[in-house]
Formats: sequence, C-alpha cells, structure tokens
Amino acid sequence: MKQFTVISGKGGTGKTTVTAAFASLAENAILADCDVDAPDLHLLLKPTIHKKIPFYGLKLAKMDEDKCTSCGLCREHCIFRAISSDFEIINDRCEGCGVCEYVCPTSAIELVERISGYAYISNMRFGPMVHAVLNTAEEASGMLVSMVRNNARDLAEKNKAETVIIDGPPGTGCSVIASIVGVDLVLIVTEPTLSGISDMKRVLAVTEHFDIPAVVCVNKYDINVENADDIVSYCKTMGIDVIGKLPYDDVATHSMIAEKTVNEYSDGELAKGISEIWKILNKRLKEVK
Amino acid sequence: MKIAIASGKGGTGKTTVAVNLALSLEDCVLVDCDVEEPNTNIFLNLELGLVEELNLPVPKIDKEKCTLCGKCSEFCQYNALVTLPKEVLLFPELCHGCGGCSLVCDDGAISEEKRPIGVINRGAGKGIMYFQGLLNIGEPMATPLIAALKDKIEDDKLVIFDSPPGCACSFIETVRDCDHCLLVTEPTPFGLYDLKLAVAVVRELKIPCSVIINKDGVGDDRVERYCEEESIPIVMRIPYDTEIAKLYSQGKPFVLKKKEWRDKFREMLEVIQI
Repeated sequence: MKQFTVISGKGGTGKTTVTAAFASLAENAILADCDVDAPDLHLLLKPTIHKKIPFYGLKLAKMDEDKCTSCGLCREHCIFRAISSDFEIINDRCEGCGVCEYVCPTSAIELVERISGYAYISNMRFGPMVHAVLNTAEEASGMLVSMVRNNARDLAEKNKAETVIIDGPPGTGCSVIASIVGVDLVLIVTEPTLSGISDMKRVLAVTEHFDIPAVVCVNKYDINVENADDIVSYCKTMGIDVIGKLPYDDVATHSMIAEKTVNEYSDGELAKGISEIWKILNKRLKEVK
Repeated sequence: MKIAIASGKGGTGKTTVAVNLALSLEDCVLVDCDVEEPNTNIFLNLELGLVEELNLPVPKIDKEKCTLCGKCSEFCQYNALVTLPKEVLLFPELCHGCGGCSLVCDDGAISEEKRPIGVINRGAGKGIMYFQGLLNIGEPMATPLIAALKDKIEDDKLVIFDSPPGCACSFIETVRDCDHCLLVTEPTPFGLYDLKLAVAVVRELKIPCSVIINKDGVGDDRVERYCEEESIPIVMRIPYDTEIAKLYSQGKPFVLKKKEWRDKFREMLEVIQI
C-alpha cells in the first residue's frame, strides 16, 4: 500500500479539485480528506457515512465556582491565558495541560474530556472515503488529521487497497505536518502567482525537512506563463520534478457546481492533463520502495 | 478599531482585500497573521526589520538530579516527554510549553530553556505600519506566534488583521477580540461551505461579520441566498476580472491601477463601522 498527499502551501490553488478527479481515476484506492478545518472533498464525492467516531482532542479545564477562592494561582500559572480575571475558563484558549488543576489549593479545577469533532468512515461512488469535521471553535486539528490517517491506513489494510490518496490542508503547520509524515510521495499543487510561488518554496522546505519525496504540478499555468516558467526553472535547480501543467478552465467551477469531479464532467484539456498527472504519479509510487 | 479579514477556504482573496483596503485608507496598521505563509509583503515590498525572535519554553532535564520517577511524562498531556529505563526523552515539537513538568518534578531536575519557533518582522511605508510573523520550517504550532504578533500592536489606529485559512486554532487566534470580521468568499460550493463554517466560529466568538464576494460572477447565487437567509450583509463584490487576476499574479495591488476602487474600499469601511 502506498500513500500520497496533495498539498499546496497557499490555499485555493486547486488541491481538492485535483484530488477529487484522482478519485474518479483511481482503482482500489482509499480517499482521505485531511483538511479537517475546512473540508470540501465530500462536496464532490458525496459520501454516505457508515461510521461516526467521536474525536477526543485536548482536555478541558472545568472550574467549580463554589470551591474557587479566587486566589489567582491558576491564572498566574496558565501560559495560555485561558483563565479570565473573573476566574472563568476561556474554553477556546484552554489547551488542557492540567497545570491549573495541579496548582489549585482547593481542588476547584478538574480536567475533563471533550469531544472536539468526529471522524467518519464512508463510501462514495468511487470507493471508500475517510474524513472528519472539527467542531465549531475547536482546536487540535493536527490530532484529528492523525486520526483520519490511521483510519485510512486501517481501511487500506483491510481492503487490500493499493493507494491512499490524501487531500491535505493549506499552510505549513501542524495539520500539514500531520498530513505528510510517513507518506511515500507529496504532490504540491501550485499556481503561477508570486504568492503561490512563495508558498510552494516554503512547503518544499517542509517536505525536505521531513525527508519526504515531492513533485510539483502547476495549476492555472496560463494565467501567468512567465511565472509558470519560473516555477519550472526553480524546481529544476532544486531537483524537483514538475509532472504537469494544467490550464485555467471554467470547467473546474462548473463541475464543482454540478457536484462532479472534473473528469466525470468533461473530457477537455483540464481532464486530460489531470489524467496524465495521475499516470505519472502511479508510476512514481510504484518506484518508491 | 480592529478588523479581521478571514475566509475558511484558502485562496478566496483575503490578502487581496487586506492589502487593497490598507492602501485605500492609509494611516493604518496591517498585520499578516498567516504566519505559515505570509504573503502580504509580496504586494507591499516594504523593507522589513526584525522585531523579535519568538521562543517557547521547553524542559531541560538535569540527568544528575533526575530519578526517573516518571511524574513529568505522566503529567504531560502532549506526550512530549517519555520516561525510559535510563533517561527521559523529550520531543520538543510536541511540547506546548505549559511548564507542568517542572512543577511536578520533586527532584528539581527540570529547568526551562528556550526554543525558537519563528520571528516577528515590521516595516513601514505607503501610509501603512506593517507587521508579520514567520513560523520556522517544520514547526507545528502557529498560535503562540500569532498571539505574540498581536501583542505588538497598539490599537490607537485602525488595525487590519489578515487571517490564515481554515477555521481552527490559527483563525480563532487571529479574529479573537476583533471588532469586526470581514469574511471573503467566492460564489462556489467550496466557498459557501467554508463560509458557513467560518460564520459559525465568529458567531461563537460573538464577533459581528459581513461578507465580501470575490471572483463575483464565476459561480452561482447560493452564497447570496445564504447571506440573505442569515441576514449577513454583503458589503463588497469584486468581479472576476482577468486584469485583476493578472495583477495579483504579479504581486501588484489592483487599487494602484484601478483607482476608483479606493473609494469603494473606504465606503465599505464606513458601512461596517456603523
């Protein structure tokens, strides 16, 4: 079983559009949406949920007002500034470390479990899919990403799936790291804008930091051909392969509105380009030991 | 007044709105809180100076004093410490810096040392005082850097915070305590779904919000219908325009070329200030 993750650094470059199209081209794969902050893959793949698993993220401090003597020790020790001047716990700041519970002389605080979201195991028209939703104003998305990854791996082993296709989040921080550690290959979908290029460079530094092989695809290359060429030459000097260039095409938006993948909706240039990239990715994955 | 510009979905035009709004106003503070991928200065080209290197505390264990009792690793909620038969192992990137391990250690074996996680930079020009944070490569935790960045800001002027994408920790840290949140979206199913998630968070935080539709005309009218149902004002529409897209790709703020937009941004600010 091989795993690969689609990331971008910058948001809105087309990660989910490309990942969903791979779903319609793949045989015997598991799809995993690891953008748990703002998941969109299900909007195109329309999974039917078979199993809903609660996600216990960070614990939460709970204050018993009757026991609190307002001594201020908890507030003094909390580096997360999660205790207000009225000694109320500010839930969305609390990281559940337990220091307040430990220092409280009257045992007014205890750490409790909190359900921070749900992970789902589902089926959709192209096969199994695992995904998750973080509850409103909850944290610990990195931990939930790891839970989705574990679910994907278990399911892949059970189904003897060949590939796990992971749609990653934007950025370079905890959720991105949790989405790429231990995968066989990362596909970076970038766009020929100065922001896109800057973010691609940073995300390539992250894949290098964790020693994960990466390849690049330039989406909407024709919105600025000079910048697209710059991406290709930069990648060349870094020893990174650009495995495809995709045109800007309204089909991406139209297929999204029709709730279909690009390759279901059209057989135009964009769909052909994605098919080519998919073939190259598969070849690459076979080469990875 | 503190205004956050956020979206849920990435690539909807947060930075575009933040930069063009700031350039239309002049005399304001602009803060790029997307410390994982700060892009605002691509459009401003300001010379940046270092304000601070941000460090987080991590435990340092004195092997001479440590009795391998295991209390520290048992206390740590983040599995950053593991007590092995011969030593206590630290995974610094998992540490949240709470200080609990040194509190529970009876042997005085744990002190704190500093671990750099990123930098805060500042620049000024074009009527804008600009701040940004930059998280180190491989560093998972962005929120302490965003919090430290926001601490640097004196809010006697109008402050614009450019938020990272997503709806979790970094977004919450950015929009917290703001007077208004401008949610930038695009008229597509992805834009709408992520807008709903973002609206739920800002409502939970009790921050008034309004919507800017970017790339207006590319999709359908579901975002508009949603805003109407939820009584969320749409305060600006930026059309999908190949010239704007081209300028964006070159790192050029479009109000510099399309000067009539300065008034539109100023008027929008007046609307949300009421």
